[in-house]
Amino acid sequence: MNTHPPAGRRSLRPVATAEGRPVNQAPPFGPRDRSGRSDLTEVIQQVARGDKQAFSTLYGTLAPLVFGITTRIVRNRAQSEEVTQEVMIGLWRQAARYRPEAGSVITWAATIAHRRAVDRVRSAQASADRERAQAARERSPGYDEVAEQVQTRWESEQVRRCLRGLTELQRQAVTLAYYQGLTYREVVESLRTPLPTVKTRMRDGLIRLRGCMGVSL
Amino acid sequence: MKQHQSDIHALAAAYALNALDPAERDAFGDHLRRCDDCRTEVAEFGATAARLARAVAQDPPPPVKQRTISAIDGVRQLPPRVPVPTPATSLTGSPRRRTGSLALAACLAAAASLGGLAAWQHQQNADSQQRALQVRQQLDAVGAVLAAPDSRTAHGRTANGALTSVVTSDRQHKAVFTATGLPDPAPGKTYQLWLDHKGTMRPAGFIRTDGTVLLDGDPSDATAIGLTLEPAAGSAQPTSDPLLLMDLPA
Repeated sequence: MNTHPPAGRRSLRPVATAEGRPVNQAPPFGPRDRSGRSDLTEVIQQVARGDKQAFSTLYGTLAPLVFGITTRIVRNRAQSEEVTQEVMIGLWRQAARYRPEAGSVITWAATIAHRRAVDRVRSAQASADRERAQAARERSPGYDEVAEQVQTRWESEQVRRCLRGLTELQRQAVTLAYYQGLTYREVVESLRTPLPTVKTRMRDGLIRLRGCMGVSL
Repeated sequence: MKQHQSDIHALAAAYALNALDPAERDAFGDHLRRCDDCRTEVAEFGATAARLARAVAQDPPPPVKQRTISAIDGVRQLPPRVPVPTPATSLTGSPRRRTGSLALAACLAAAASLGGLAAWQHQQNADSQQRALQVRQQLDAVGAVLAAPDSRTAHGRTANGALTSVVTSDRQHKAVFTATGLPDPAPGKTYQLWLDHKGTMRPAGFIRTDGTVLLDGDPSDATAIGLTLEPAAGSAQPTSDPLLLMDLPA
């Protein structure tokens, strides 16, 4: 609920300004989530009425999120640009269908982007899927890359810290699914761990992350 | 339904991570509409996953924005969604033994819904709607077997680890087969189902991946169901060792 950054890091907390937010910085979360949500909710309502200026603002806030997760999963720059464009156009198209009670705009966009990226890679042929599972097996888990890429941002530090708080199996189950786009059956194969175990670890891992990050609705 | 419920609940995390296969995703999406707790949990897990996404945020190249902005000129916006009453056809009351089988739970949850469309975040996707339609058509047929008063269920496990269930209705002369945990077949191969008629294996259709299929052929005078890996075009007779040979429920 109230996950505050450690005292020494307070200066790294992003400033919550809806308009002046640099586009390369994801919107702040944690204690400020609520205000961030209502700002964006307003923006998306304007977008729903066909306001292109508001869409430009929405793009500035959400495109880095969409492009980031898409790139991780699709792994091909041209394709992830394409998917990002599709997702952003999709948000324009269905802005009127955003329901605040189902979650924040950011969660909505992340869910759509992740889903779209995953659909893209899964529509590849079965052999490519197997290569992907194989590649995932041979790579170090996504966590290390996260760690590399995200050191500067406070929220990324929080994610990294929270991921570190998971057991090895929990962390792998969550990151292979989310950052590599594997199905849980593919995770089973990747980790050579029984299916019920993977299902449980994935769930336990998310529950622990949820607590660590102070996620609330 | 308690047991089924808890089985399907366990999929909330995988659902929120988009880690379910299409059939399971649709089944769970249907379940979501009837399960308040699950919706809350999925929403929280979704918000958690969004944090993971934000941790890897990076700027797309500027041309993407230009392309996107110019593209939306030609994109018509959808109107707000108006709630559609859902046909509440429940099969959950049909007399059937309770089992812990995830496969059967997913199958039931899928069959219990004729609405077929998954949760809100998926509806933008025309592919998923098309798939939902196909799934629904199949589920209508499947649902008829599951709902038959004389339906009987048997469970098994394939040699390669998948959990399977078969539900037969002699009166309807039909059987439904469900598998969970089937590994992808090798390229050029598919899983083929067989009905054992007094030692003669007759082709009974295919199952390419996890999910539920209606068997070809009449199970009422068959004694067992078999599953083999066959060339993608299928075979007239089994050409490999059975992965599963399970007696049909008496």
